[in-house]
Amino acid sequence: MNTRYVVIFVTALTAGVAVFLTSFRQITKPVADRNEEIFNKRAILSAVGDYLGEGVQVKNLKDEQVLDIFDKQVQQVVLNLQGEEVDGMKAEDIDMAKEKKKADNEKRLPLFIFSQGGENFYILSIRGVGLWDEIWGNIALKSDLNTIAGASFDHAGETPGLGAEIKDNSNFPKSFKEKKIFNGGEFVSINVRKGGAIDQNHDVDGITGATVTSDGVTDMLYDGIKNYLPYFNSLRRQGMLVK
Amino acid sequence: MAETLEKTTTKTAEPLFGKKEKKLITDPLNDNNPITVQVLGICSALAVTSLVWPSLVMAVAVIFVCAFSNLFTSLLRNYIPKEVRMIVQLVIIASLVTFVELSLKFLNYPVYKQLSVYIGLIITNCIVMGRLEAFAMANKPWRSFLDGIGNGLGYGAILVMVGLIREIFGKGSLFASSPFEWKIIGPTAEYSINTTTSTLFGWYANNNLMVLSAAAMFIIGIMIWIQRSYNKKLIDVS
Repeated sequence: MNTRYVVIFVTALTAGVAVFLTSFRQITKPVADRNEEIFNKRAILSAVGDYLGEGVQVKNLKDEQVLDIFDKQVQQVVLNLQGEEVDGMKAEDIDMAKEKKKADNEKRLPLFIFSQGGENFYILSIRGVGLWDEIWGNIALKSDLNTIAGASFDHAGETPGLGAEIKDNSNFPKSFKEKKIFNGGEFVSINVRKGGAIDQNHDVDGITGATVTSDGVTDMLYDGIKNYLPYFNSLRRQGMLVK
Repeated sequence: MAETLEKTTTKTAEPLFGKKEKKLITDPLNDNNPITVQVLGICSALAVTSLVWPSLVMAVAVIFVCAFSNLFTSLLRNYIPKEVRMIVQLVIIASLVTFVELSLKFLNYPVYKQLSVYIGLIITNCIVMGRLEAFAMANKPWRSFLDGIGNGLGYGAILVMVGLIREIFGKGSLFASSPFEWKIIGPTAEYSINTTTSTLFGWYANNNLMVLSAAAMFIIGIMIWIQRSYNKKLIDVS
């Protein structure tokens, strides 16, 4: 076996594999992308899962229904860190993973405003780090911009049975309901407390055996929601909200 | 460890599914189990077995990758240059894993999201490459394919057994995070204050050690102990 044969063999194999995988990806891409879009929209809607209507559950919605609700009932707004609306972009196109790495003046925040029965819900996207990898979520605020209407979380690689419980155990996102992010006028966010909630308004129970992920959620909530505060303040100033 | 030397000396027409072929499937289940006898693939066996469902999907994915990488390597075995055989094997494994990943994205995105980390882990699974080196490089395609299935099954069987033990005692449930979630023992609400609704053995408090990887270490250790004490073939005579 001479060197030439080795080089030719390896090149041919690699090229063959590359062509095969790329064409397979290209063929499946439209469906895969649509799957991803629906998956993400489902995650956003599950933050307001309790307000979708009588007996409607996000997991039971068909793919078309998810897209339909998004078209009809969700208004998409893109914000900068000063709380100003930015034109020319759609909130659903914002990739939070990329935004996190950008400089502050270039960061964009997606905001989804879901209307149901005359009430508006403000769905914020947040992203942070857990134990092994990134964690992210959607937090829905009621129109007082203080009370949490619901939450949904996801993660890239937390341990199943421990950190992954933020997503797998439905009790965890549920425990955020009706918590308040403000104490008086002061922004305090929500604390995921090890050993169990103490302050009924601002604490939720931590996950046993997943202290680092729990703390990650606490930090993510604080930093993530804080970014939206300038926008909320401007809404309040315009008198669009009842405080 | 007790890796047996596989040799095939067949001259006459081979039956498609004869005694030897059957042995390729059954051997890795007990006498030559990749985890408990060859002690390969321990890393992922510790990492993914805290719940049954991920263990099961991981097992299926490994069976697929193991079988097909064995098949392709065996088909190419006479053309692979010795100097770069490891790299070639790695290319085959990596492309199969990528293929699995892309297919999942296409067929079932939520499952892809849930398992993407583990699917990637298959590339680093020592069993797959171990079988390519020890078997597929020296055997015919069909047998290599069966050997891949056998070893995947042997690996998967241990994975699911460890997953069962860990999930039942660690969380009191079965198939959590899958569509068939089923709570069997202990109080229903897992970490909230509300423990009024209880199922069987409502007094049972989840053993948190079981959720940690260390528990898998003990369980696999005990499995090896049990297996070695009744399987005469594995008793070390030296």
